[in-house]
Amino acid sequence: MARFGMVIDTKKCVGCMDCVVACKTENKVPEGFNRDWIATDSKGTFPDIHMQIRTERCNQCDNPPCVYCCPCGASHIHELGGVVLVHHDKCSGCKACMAACPYDARFVHPEGYADKCTFCIHRVEQGLNPACVSVCPTYCMYFGDFDDPNSEVNKLLNSRKHTALIPEAGTKPQIYYLD
Amino acid sequence: MDEFTTTRNNHLIDPSLHIWGWEISVYLFLGGLVAGMMIISGYFLYRERHKQFITSCTVAPLLGIVLLSLGMFALFLDLEHKLYTWRMYTTFQPASPMSWGAWILLLVYPALFAMVLIRLPHFVPQKLDFLFKWSDYINENRKVRQYIGIANMAVGTGLGIYTGILLSSFGARPLWNSSILGILFLASGLSAASALVHMIAKDREESRLLARADNLFILFEILILGMFIINLLSSTSVHIEAAQILLTGSYAPAFWIFLVGLGLIIPLIIQSLAVSHMIKHTPIAPILVMAGGLVLRFIIVNAGLLSHWTKKAFLE
Repeated sequence: MARFGMVIDTKKCVGCMDCVVACKTENKVPEGFNRDWIATDSKGTFPDIHMQIRTERCNQCDNPPCVYCCPCGASHIHELGGVVLVHHDKCSGCKACMAACPYDARFVHPEGYADKCTFCIHRVEQGLNPACVSVCPTYCMYFGDFDDPNSEVNKLLNSRKHTALIPEAGTKPQIYYLD
Repeated sequence: MDEFTTTRNNHLIDPSLHIWGWEISVYLFLGGLVAGMMIISGYFLYRERHKQFITSCTVAPLLGIVLLSLGMFALFLDLEHKLYTWRMYTTFQPASPMSWGAWILLLVYPALFAMVLIRLPHFVPQKLDFLFKWSDYINENRKVRQYIGIANMAVGTGLGIYTGILLSSFGARPLWNSSILGILFLASGLSAASALVHMIAKDREESRLLARADNLFILFEILILGMFIINLLSSTSVHIEAAQILLTGSYAPAFWIFLVGLGLIIPLIIQSLAVSHMIKHTPIAPILVMAGGLVLRFIIVNAGLLSHWTKKAFLE
């Protein structure tokens, strides 16, 4: 069994938004909506300032509240890599999943169903990287299998200090940020 | 400096979550009100008081069907993928309170309908004689009446608690993340239902009994509301910040003036004086109680949507 996830090197991310554009193009994300985005976190007082730029998206949690709260069974965990997906033709648009997500990673597609990052599962099934990873000009994004001890993502986590977003929410996010 | 910027600007999400409008608050209020009415009418039927307490056991269930249908219509209006509403009834998701709610709502209608059968309204046409036969059967069998009473109390309790658990299950919203909400909404539903039936009851004993009961429910609701706040204040920093949205933040005026003041304390004082025969019973107290119940849902839903694990800007 694979467990897909991402590792993002915040030392390399420059916030160019190529990942955002690639996602919108690849997944035909409607105008005005984003499945991924750039966050900039600045802390400190001059001259001791620390700024982190990072690309964010659905964290493909291992303990996904958006799946558990869905009354229609539309939100589900895909058999390949534990990716959280939505069956569009089962979703009633109740927005429970949006209330349940601590990352606010979901939105209502103009056609009415809940939409979010899919890790480009249609590409991954063909052995390709997600679109955002494949276009990153600084190579700051790594996609891989956390269940494989020899995968690049595991090696990075073993060798670098890393954090996940809001781990205290208990959802076990599967995207890690290298500090 | 602690600055956070994002390029995300998704509709209903940014700058702060606003996925649910008035529809959900109204639905939660009407659901709680009907739940309270079911428990009250079920109890009186169980205690064989249905011939005297006509408003509780005849009018309230009929009104309950109408109010719940209005609430469900509000819920339907909120759905974004309306043509797929039926999908909720093609599955049962045990981990989803919304799925439990969808199925509980299906049990509510037969329970209310059985209650209506005890004394069929005048507008029911005579040619529907099977309804009158069922009505006679229920009226001749005490055991059946008691089962209907128990069913109404049980389903009503389930409905009342579910409306709160629905919100409390969303761990991503610190303000909601307490199962006390289930009991708080049940207490509020019982209070609003007592107020409504007290206001429209023609029987003096029934009306006075429900006014006394309402005072107890209001006191219970104040106690639970206090526990809810203590629970938040004694938890993590994000839960404390969530409580502050109500206590000192953007929802503080609505919380203190419209919920605690006009929705709980003032009607409790007015109704206590009326019950002690110091002033006359007027519709003021019950209307304030019902408005307070609606305000409670609006405040909890909207302030809960504002509360978050990371954003602190909502307090400003």
